[in-house]
Amino acid sequence: MSLLRVENVSKQFGSLIAVNGVSMNVEPGELRAVIGPNGAGKTTFFNLISGFLTPTAGRVTFDNEDITHMLPARRVWKGIARTFQITEVFPELSVRENLRVPVEVAAGHRLSPWLSADDDGEIRARVTDLMDMSGLADKADRLVGELSHGDQRATEIMMALALKPRLLLLDEPTAGMGDQETYDIAQLIRKLHKDQSLTIVLIEHDMRVVFHLADRIMVLAEGAMLAEGTPKEIAANETVQAAYLGKAAA
Amino acid sequence: MNPIDYNKYTATVIVWLLLLTMPFWLPAIGGYSELGTRVVVLGLAAMSLNFLLGYTGVLSFGHAAYFGLGAYGVGLTIRYLVPSTGVGIVAGTLIGTIAGAIIGPMIVRLRGVYFAMVTIAFGQVFFFIAFRWHSVTGGDDGLTDWSRMPINLGFTTIDIQHDARAFYYLVLVVFAIAVGAMAWILRSPFGRTLIAIRENERRARFLGIPVDQHIWIAWTISCCFVSVAGALYALLNNFVDPRALYWTQSGDFVIMAVLGGMRSFWGPLLGAAIFVVLQDYLSSQTQNWMSFVGLFFVLVVLFFPRGVLGIIKRKVAS
Ligand SMILES: Nc1ncnc2c1ncn2[C@@H]1O[C@H](COP(=O)(O)OP(=O)(O)O)[C@@H](O)[C@H]1O
Ligand SMILES: [Mg+2]
Repeated sequence: MSLLRVENVSKQFGSLIAVNGVSMNVEPGELRAVIGPNGAGKTTFFNLISGFLTPTAGRVTFDNEDITHMLPARRVWKGIARTFQITEVFPELSVRENLRVPVEVAAGHRLSPWLSADDDGEIRARVTDLMDMSGLADKADRLVGELSHGDQRATEIMMALALKPRLLLLDEPTAGMGDQETYDIAQLIRKLHKDQSLTIVLIEHDMRVVFHLADRIMVLAEGAMLAEGTPKEIAANETVQAAYLGKAAA
Repeated sequence: MNPIDYNKYTATVIVWLLLLTMPFWLPAIGGYSELGTRVVVLGLAAMSLNFLLGYTGVLSFGHAAYFGLGAYGVGLTIRYLVPSTGVGIVAGTLIGTIAGAIIGPMIVRLRGVYFAMVTIAFGQVFFFIAFRWHSVTGGDDGLTDWSRMPINLGFTTIDIQHDARAFYYLVLVVFAIAVGAMAWILRSPFGRTLIAIRENERRARFLGIPVDQHIWIAWTISCCFVSVAGALYALLNNFVDPRALYWTQSGDFVIMAVLGGMRSFWGPLLGAAIFVVLQDYLSSQTQNWMSFVGLFFVLVVLFFPRGVLGIIKRKVAS
């Protein structure tokens, strides 16, 4: 049974059809990559799944529930977490505080006027775990706005992970990173996928990352789905080669 | 304790020492008890506004409405219903809080300037009601023929009517409860969601925080505390008139918060102190005192966007 079913969704901005009748089923535990040239509609497609935008046509189902028009916060409660193509963090808060907010939300404390000592201890421990997992522990009390681009993106991924999601949507997590940082982030994503069998949908430009990580790949071009299949199938697909991959997959 | 926490702790101790001893040193530097009470009352109003402005990132330009409702609430209660200061404060606070809670859902979807404009508009509604409903509120002449009542504690009675110092300490106790509650909320998980919204609304929303709902709660809490301040203000003057509800009064609160430093917990209190002292001194020198306050405000905003307390913090840090 698919965890996420996207059926024929479209999104139109005025005369521009940014996403045009795209469907996708993601199985539990799968890591799906979405690739395609700039302006193909990848981010818009993510926005339709996460609730940042609602589709002009089509349906989104998560865990057998129609979420097409559900509010974003509610989708998060259902288990869908996301990161953004342009990093969205709390710049004037420390790494620890950035992580603490989603940890508390996930523990059901978003409206709590106080915490018991036990709850507080559990929350601190969970924040520490998340920092250890991502190599952010030595920067725990630094303001996130002062960290390197790579560390900010790692913080954002850990914030999404702090929500204990059942589906994680990552929009170009390695964008603007050097080789080492890209490698670190790829390893982190791989670890989440393998160790925790987390279901992940990943938009990514770096083909090394995509072919290293993905179970299946979907290719978008001009708002429409061009191809879908295993990394092997995609690498061998001539339409994709012509339209997009070019030398990268060769 | 890390250095930031240590500085915050020191600031809190200094503020409380100054407030607790104010009636004793204020006369020595040319002030008088009532002036100190004004600082505390308007400081509470500015801190309440700043709960929303500085910690949730939402600018209200209509807080005078709830300040004024608190003020009329206490005045009308004592005049027409129960001659009790305590009951009056509770009634004024309830009226202001309920009005805020009801208006909240109509405005919390707005952001930035639109939010500010609509808060002014709602505020003016209350102003016109107080202004026009002459038979009850006294209209433009204000609500007179009432005064704060002695506080009966059972074993003793505190004469806050004639003893200005006793009244100051009553105000300080209420201030302490209100400010303590605000500090408590800001350190709670709910408080952290407000700071998260201020920092990055989009991120907050996609971490599962229903932003509009949280802003509504923050707004209502802020209205509650500003109406407490309004009730105390009416008691201080033994009088209320529609100016307490007027939008320029809202503007004064914003000036106090920004002047003192809206990113600091105590900043707005300092802003209120500067404002009240300037007003007291300048208004005896010139009719155009507000232009001088305005000029000072513009200079601070241009050169010290973190307010006067921001400057002090930087000096301490370096
Ligand atoms: N909110 C919006 N309003 C209007 N046009 C948009 C909006 N968001 C995206 N677009 C347009 O939709 C197309 C797809 O954008 P996007 O989904 O960001 O592509 P990708 O992520 O694949 O680079 C682009 O032409 C973009 O300009
Ligand atoms: Mg994109």
